[in-house]
Order: sequence, then structure tokens, then C-alpha cells
Amino acid sequence: MKKFMFVNRKAPYGTIYALESLEVVLIAATFDQDVSLVFLDDGVYELIKGQDTQGIGIKNHSKTYRALEGYDVEKLYVERESMAARGLTEDDLLVDVKVLGSAEMAALMAEQDVVLSF
Amino acid sequence: MLHIVNKSHTERNALSSCLRLAQDGQALLLVEDGVLAATAAAAAASGIAAATRRLKVYALQGDVAARGMTGRLADGVTLVDYAGFVDLVVEHPNNQSWL
Repeated sequence: MKKFMFVNRKAPYGTIYALESLEVVLIAATFDQDVSLVFLDDGVYELIKGQDTQGIGIKNHSKTYRALEGYDVEKLYVERESMAARGLTEDDLLVDVKVLGSAEMAALMAEQDVVLSF
Repeated sequence: MLHIVNKSHTERNALSSCLRLAQDGQALLLVEDGVLAATAAAAAASGIAAATRRLKVYALQGDVAARGMTGRLADGVTLVDYAGFVDLVVEHPNNQSWL
């Protein structure tokens, strides 16, 4: 088993990155790999509660984050500095995450076998 | 003049360039990832809080809702729907999209 980290750095819907990341995460989980998701920079916006995409005709993929547990994907990390820079707190997020400081996040990245960037 | 910004203020410099070059009294419409700059939590850092005092600032409703930001916008930002978007384009003699 390898350690796969998915680094999410884009806001949802403005680009396709957030959705594409989720698709690949689910594929990796199917192959029983050790998967973790990291949310940095604008990636923290992917996890905001109350997303409603009816008005823009795009599928609301935010609910999928809550289903990841069912695929044994339970390691979700958010960088404290990225949240703070956007005035966000853990209460704004739709799933339970572990909040890490930059140094801890860097250490976590360094120990991965594969890092995939979105 | 109507300015339109569709990029996140923390990822691109489109909004900061727009705010630097927009004249007092002009209109700014935030769409797509651009609406994130208009949230109450981000407005001070993005420059939108200051911009509302000299520009007419609008945000596209569908894009705000999609990002979970309904009811969380900064004071002075007006929500518009697609019809309102069209009205803004018609009302202003020209517009600039800051891509």
C-alpha cells in the first residue's frame, strides 16, 4: 500500500479541478491505497457548508466529501494559515477535518509516496 | 463603465488591478470565483470593503449560492440574478472583463 496525497488548491466551480480531484480520490480509494486529502489556499473553499448550485447548472459535488468516509477515506487536512487568510474557521466546513499549521503540513507532505496536485 | 471580475482575489491579481484602475462611481460585478472577494470574511483583505464606498458593487446570485456564501456577503454588495447581469450591461456604455 502506498501513501497518496491529493493537494487541493482551487475554489470549486470556477474551474474543474475540485471535481476532478474528487474523481481521482475515489479511484485511488478503490485500489485500497492510503489516501489523504489536503486543502490549501483557495482549496479550503471547496469545503464550505451550504453550497447550492441550482442557479448555475453545475452538479453540487460538495456532498461527496461527506461520503468519503464510506470509501475509508478519512484523512482530511486543512491548513490553518489558508483558513485564517480567508476569515474562515472549522465551523464553516461541511466535514470533520484535522487542522494543521504549515510546518506540520509540510512534514505530512514529505512522508508521502505520491503527491497529486489539483 | 461596468467592470467584471471572475477570478479569485487570492489566486489572481485581476481584482486588484481592476480596483486600481476603476474610477469612483463606476460599477463592479463579481461572478464565478470572483464572488469570494465579496464575503464578509474576505472583504477587508480583498479590497471590496473599501470598494463599496466608492463603486457600485454587485455579485451574481447563482455563483454566490453555489459557493455556500448566501447571507454571508459584506455590507454594500448587491446581489443580482442573470437578468440583473443583462441590465447592468445594458445600463453602462461599456464594460471591461478582467480575465
